[in-house]
Amino acid sequence: MTDTLSEHADRGLRRGEQLVDLAGVGKNYGPIRALHGVDLHVRAGEVTCVLGDNGAGKSTLIKIISGLHPHTSGTLTVDGVERRLGSPREALDLGIATVYQDLAVVPLMPVWRNFFLGSELVAGRYPLAGMRIRDMRRIADEELRKMGITVADIDQPIGTLSGGQRQCVAIARAVYFGARVLILDEPTAALGVKQSGVVLKYIAAARDAGLGVVFITHNPQHAYLVGDHFVILKRGGTVLDAARGTVTLEDLTTQMAGGDELAELSRELERQ
Amino acid sequence: MTVATAEPRTRTRPVRLGALLARPEVGALAAAVAIFVFFLLVAPSFRSSASFFTVLYQSSTIGIVAVGVGLLMIGGEFDLSAGVMPISAGLVNSMFCWYFGVNLWVGAVLSLAFCLAVGFLNGWLVMRTGIPSFLITLGTFFVLQGANLGVTKLVTGSVSSSDISAIDGFASLQKVFASSFTLGSATVWITVLWWILFVALAAWTLQRARVGNWIYAVGGSADSARAVGVPVVRTKIGLFMTVSFLGWFVGMHSLYRFNTLQAGNGVGNEFLYIIAAVVGGTLLTGGFGNAIGAAIGAFIFGMTSLGIVYAGWDPNWFKAFLGVMLLLAVLVNTYVKRLATKGRPS
Repeated sequence: MTDTLSEHADRGLRRGEQLVDLAGVGKNYGPIRALHGVDLHVRAGEVTCVLGDNGAGKSTLIKIISGLHPHTSGTLTVDGVERRLGSPREALDLGIATVYQDLAVVPLMPVWRNFFLGSELVAGRYPLAGMRIRDMRRIADEELRKMGITVADIDQPIGTLSGGQRQCVAIARAVYFGARVLILDEPTAALGVKQSGVVLKYIAAARDAGLGVVFITHNPQHAYLVGDHFVILKRGGTVLDAARGTVTLEDLTTQMAGGDELAELSRELERQ
Repeated sequence: MTVATAEPRTRTRPVRLGALLARPEVGALAAAVAIFVFFLLVAPSFRSSASFFTVLYQSSTIGIVAVGVGLLMIGGEFDLSAGVMPISAGLVNSMFCWYFGVNLWVGAVLSLAFCLAVGFLNGWLVMRTGIPSFLITLGTFFVLQGANLGVTKLVTGSVSSSDISAIDGFASLQKVFASSFTLGSATVWITVLWWILFVALAAWTLQRARVGNWIYAVGGSADSARAVGVPVVRTKIGLFMTVSFLGWFVGMHSLYRFNTLQAGNGVGNEFLYIIAAVVGGTLLTGGFGNAIGAAIGAFIFGMTSLGIVYAGWDPNWFKAFLGVMLLLAVLVNTYVKRLATKGRPS
């Protein structure tokens, strides 16, 4: 299953190498402060989990790293160079690929077209550059088979695959096209237990292949299964920033569930 | 590790489904054949090669723009200004050259630049503001419609442009845009050949070019496309400009075929283009369809509008027929989309 990942992962990646570094990053949408003072380190061969409730600032954080919205304060450093990412293309060119929960693929398009979307193989020069369709179909089929995803027809709309398979295709695609940093936005949120397991194994495989993974989730169990480092966001700020050895699943769950607020609530709601 | 490997039982269904979905124009083709046979039976004067080529000509005048509108709709947008665009194009060319007395080629190039600018503006406004293209182009449509009449009245004092057949360049432009030749007993208008060329170009682009992949993607899910690095804004603006280019082309045909233009014409044609594309299997919501389908849709339009006349019926029924075709096509398309987006249970 991990063939695709290990085969196509960047060989220059050294485990523990700092890939993306955020220091005191913040983002204001007009007068609204969506994110402030967040530190995040993405290292090769490690999974950094970003946890938080709805509205905690997780998606703002992703948008900054993936180039959808530039940050308004703090510094974002990619491979030691300070950057302000203006478009997803810019982020992709730096090896930062993002897989969104519901935006991973274009459902009506055939599997192979989705696999190569944005990185099509082209023969010859513009304006008469046709796509190398035969190669593209063959490669897409081979890569999916290596992952254990058997599609009856590489031409079928990707919308006919299961949610877990679609996420896996999107992850595999990102790695195949040279991603060094993989940002996964709630990849398991809409999936059942079995499908989540498939995606989590895939995340572990990407980590073992040396990629830096940012795993965004609101499920502490899923995070603890694969994570090396945990960051919990609340109302746009960091409330916990800990390495794997220094935090237990219970801590994560409690913090996620509201921590002190929850204790307070439990006192208030205490039944007679 | 295996991820929900398809069992033999479930394997056959996606294959058939995929094959069906790969060909959005199948429904339209069946309808076209049925309508063709129907008019062969009821309209004796329909049964000649001459009237067949007349049908093709009629289809081409709608089909050239309809192909562009089809591409645009696959890209997830509408253009309501496409109906009056040809008239605007012709008027710019005609009145500029008539007023200043310059060669018609100069006016034709100016008119092309004007149309591309309008297409760019449409696309740029849609992408910049995020307002649905339906509203933006409804605005451009009214602006163009009003300006067509207003400017024409200012320049010529009437609602039609002046005869330009005596101005330099007319003969050569007519050769390009509005000539015809005879094939046996039939008259073949050059627009039919242009139409075939544009359809072939559009079909090739969609199926084989990288831009084609992008067009499907920006229509199917613009955010997904953006996330993997597809230039969504450029692709969509390009599509709007393609539509206005084809509008210009048809405008040139009308101008050089009839020498003068009625400034109030063209209103309502935008819907014919959309209907042709939808009947040809294009999804109203974008992301699905193809160029051959839009061409078949335009052919159904040409066949019916003339077939009703050949059959000796009241031509008013044509609109009613068009409505029925549109409803049927939308039903079929929606059903197809539901099949395609339904994920397999895991």
